[in-house]
Amino acid sequence: MTTTTAETTVTRGSVGTPHTRVEGPEKVTGTARYAGDIPYADLAYGWLVLSTVARGRIRSVEAEPVLRMPGVLGVLHHGNAPHLESDYVGLLGVRPDPASVVFQHDRVPHAGWPVALVVAETSEQAREAAETLVVHYEEEPHDVAFHAGHPAAYAYDAPHAPAEATKGDVEAELGASALVVDEEYSTPEEHHNPMEPHAATARWDGGRLEVVDSNQGSMWVANELARLFSLDPSSVRVRSEHVGGGFGCKGVRAHQVSAVMAATVLQRPVRVVLTRRQMFSLVGYRSPTTQRVRLGADADGRLRALEHLSLNPTSTVFEFVEPGASVARVMYDADAHHTVNRLVPLDVPTPTWMRAPGEAPGSFALESALDELAEKSGIDPIALRVRNEPRIGPLSGLPFSSRNLLACFQEGARRFGWADRDPRPGLRRDGRWLLGTGTAGAFFPSGAAPSTAAVTAQADGTFTVRITAADIGTGARTALCLVAADALQVAPDRVRVRIGDSDFGQAFIAGGSMGTRSWSWAVTAAARDLRERLALDGDIPPEGITARSDTAEAIGALAAKERHSFGAQFAEVAVDVTTGEVRVRRMLGIFAAGRIVNPLTARSQLVGGMTWGISMALHEEAIRDAASGGLVGADFAGYHIATHADVPTIEADWVDDTDPDDPVGIKGVGEIGIVGAAAAIANAVWHATGVRHRSLPIRPDRVLLAGTGASGA
Amino acid sequence: MAPSTSSGVTLNINGEKYTLSVDHRTTLLDALRERLDLTGTKKGCDQGQCGACTVLLDGRRVVSCLQFAVAAEGREITTIEGVADGDRLHPVQQAFLDLDGYQCGYCTPGQICSAVAMLQEHAAGWPSAVTEDVRPEAGPPPLTTDEIRERMSGNLCRCAAYVSIVDAVAKAATPLEGEAVA
Ligand code: FES
Ligand code: FES
Repeated sequence: MTTTTAETTVTRGSVGTPHTRVEGPEKVTGTARYAGDIPYADLAYGWLVLSTVARGRIRSVEAEPVLRMPGVLGVLHHGNAPHLESDYVGLLGVRPDPASVVFQHDRVPHAGWPVALVVAETSEQAREAAETLVVHYEEEPHDVAFHAGHPAAYAYDAPHAPAEATKGDVEAELGASALVVDEEYSTPEEHHNPMEPHAATARWDGGRLEVVDSNQGSMWVANELARLFSLDPSSVRVRSEHVGGGFGCKGVRAHQVSAVMAATVLQRPVRVVLTRRQMFSLVGYRSPTTQRVRLGADADGRLRALEHLSLNPTSTVFEFVEPGASVARVMYDADAHHTVNRLVPLDVPTPTWMRAPGEAPGSFALESALDELAEKSGIDPIALRVRNEPRIGPLSGLPFSSRNLLACFQEGARRFGWADRDPRPGLRRDGRWLLGTGTAGAFFPSGAAPSTAAVTAQADGTFTVRITAADIGTGARTALCLVAADALQVAPDRVRVRIGDSDFGQAFIAGGSMGTRSWSWAVTAAARDLRERLALDGDIPPEGITARSDTAEAIGALAAKERHSFGAQFAEVAVDVTTGEVRVRRMLGIFAAGRIVNPLTARSQLVGGMTWGISMALHEEAIRDAASGGLVGADFAGYHIATHADVPTIEADWVDDTDPDDPVGIKGVGEIGIVGAAAAIANAVWHATGVRHRSLPIRPDRVLLAGTGASGA
Repeated sequence: MAPSTSSGVTLNINGEKYTLSVDHRTTLLDALRERLDLTGTKKGCDQGQCGACTVLLDGRRVVSCLQFAVAAEGREITTIEGVADGDRLHPVQQAFLDLDGYQCGYCTPGQICSAVAMLQEHAAGWPSAVTEDVRPEAGPPPLTTDEIRERMSGNLCRCAAYVSIVDAVAKAATPLEGEAVA
């Protein structure tokens, strides 16, 4: 036995101080093992075969010739696959994506639908056999063409976003308005594209299913695999130690499900890794949107009417809404308010959550429209937002937990040099470039979800935290180490954090910007409990002393409030009027996003989100081919994401905004960086050229075709 | 007799020799990852579009997903596992660690290998698309952030750690090249 408590000096202040990532040395030396990096004896390789038609039935899968190819161990398809149980609602309140419930019937609802898995001794053999496999289809006509006014559109109530919210009479207030903006905006289909493709290895080990995976929540995936395969949840273990990015697409997907299926049938370890091209139809995406915004205001800019209508396509087999219209419900008040999210089912893959779902495209439309109102009214865009700043939730009437949007604008304006800006468009030139600046507001909901954690005091004076958290690049592992250190009142080097293992118990996922907040709450509760126990009795037995927490009750007791992070985005762009190229020259984002746990990694996340904003504004666009129903160029050559040369100096910083109702003061920083960023860039393009761009991305051809209202250009 | 579909090769990786039999279709990337347990080199696209699989072949950066393993025989291969000097991190690795030049870390081995070779290319006087004076006698151009960005653009980072990566490369370059970075 060791007595440690008596001589422990009280240490705090780890939270709020920059710390390099605890797993950093492994990541820079290549020793961090991701899901596809862990060796197995007797490993077999699975390769998915996807449909080449966009709608129809599978008539036959010609497995026989492929089974005779070298190394091929089996071909799974709807004719021989074990039954999966998909009639359940998972942790996030939705059913599984039908594309993940593989090989259960002969229907093909979209291009790139999984129709078979070929398993072989090596990946080369599996790939060649998969490419050789002949599948016959009975093709049916498909409709993949998305456009505003599609006759099949309907309003859709999502679990957390009601379709429609209304107050007052929008038409009457528009009629009484001195100024009206009425415009349509559109955003394209966008894909997450984490650099690490989805990978899972499944094997049975002494009656237990073990899956090594790349995901955003190992407990989430374990529970859903148990449901799908009708297994006792305690007999499924999912681990996911290092994850090469997620952004919303790393949940329960065809790779894990088909790997488990094959491992069960073949009784040996099977690995399934998606190819980059397969990711474009199997893991969800951000659906395109068309949006209409109508603003009515008095001459002084005060809003009388605010209407935002958003429409997005979903698949024919799942209803997923990209709730762009919900942004206005938090951002701005008006006498009359009307927001509706609508869906139209098409023969396309099922979309899903992608970094700031709803907020990213919705803020593009709303914050562009505000800029158009600023132009019409002659009021400075920031002053216009000050004029329409609500004191309580515009529709809910609830108080804000804290709302520091104006503080962000104030600090941002000071640092960006906004006061010197001439609001007139098309005036500034630098050689062949027209220059402009723009701004936009941002918000993202702040939430916490029930989680459990265990903290153990070891006899050698160190501590181990165990929680089914996921570090998808957020720095969660390091953040939890700092949070635990402060709660235990020790230096962080005495704390070890173990994550990404469903055996550690229920915890929320890395999603909704809720991960670090939810996990920190649980870790703090367990660590405080442990510290109290150690204070009573400092003797630590060889097996250590463990305290456990469950935050369900505390989170359930939170008062209803409008709980959000806020931010102000600023961008300066240069537009080449001869080539149509838009370059972002600098960006600044100031955020009110709760207490910042680790300034080093939080800044990376915010800057990363803002860079996604550049990518969204200027580059990203998946183009669906109406004839085939598939994507044109589903790879990094056809789907452009921002690279080094596209990204200038970007600064992100924050104002004080500690959440009073969170034990650590956290709100979450994962998503707000992208919100409003594309609008700030589009508004800057208008300021540079005098022409509004209401469709993203702002491609060179669009700039050239739209021309420029600039004098002398 | 059917023609042979595999061959014995000896690969020289990080100063060590590995002898193995490889399927002719096996890429250098898959040989490293699946056969030799050198999994530090990552597969982001398998089609030469992302840079995650960057290794050094005779000191020059290549995407290992577009190299056949059989064709790498007799070449000096350096992977991320061979960049550090024993326990001492390479200055590029140290700068990535200190300045948070990554988030998920998946593109990181490729970024680091690419940066190591890029600094050598620059020091050798190779111009880039943004170099103003490309005459051979002009010597290495100043290693501005624009030069770094241009030269690193073959390495995608979806976490978008670009700002910190450029800072890290600039920091690592300073002691290596003894010149200020604009
Ligand atoms: S994996 Fe080789 S370039 Fe992407
Ligand atoms: S650090 Fe995640 S892709 Fe670069």
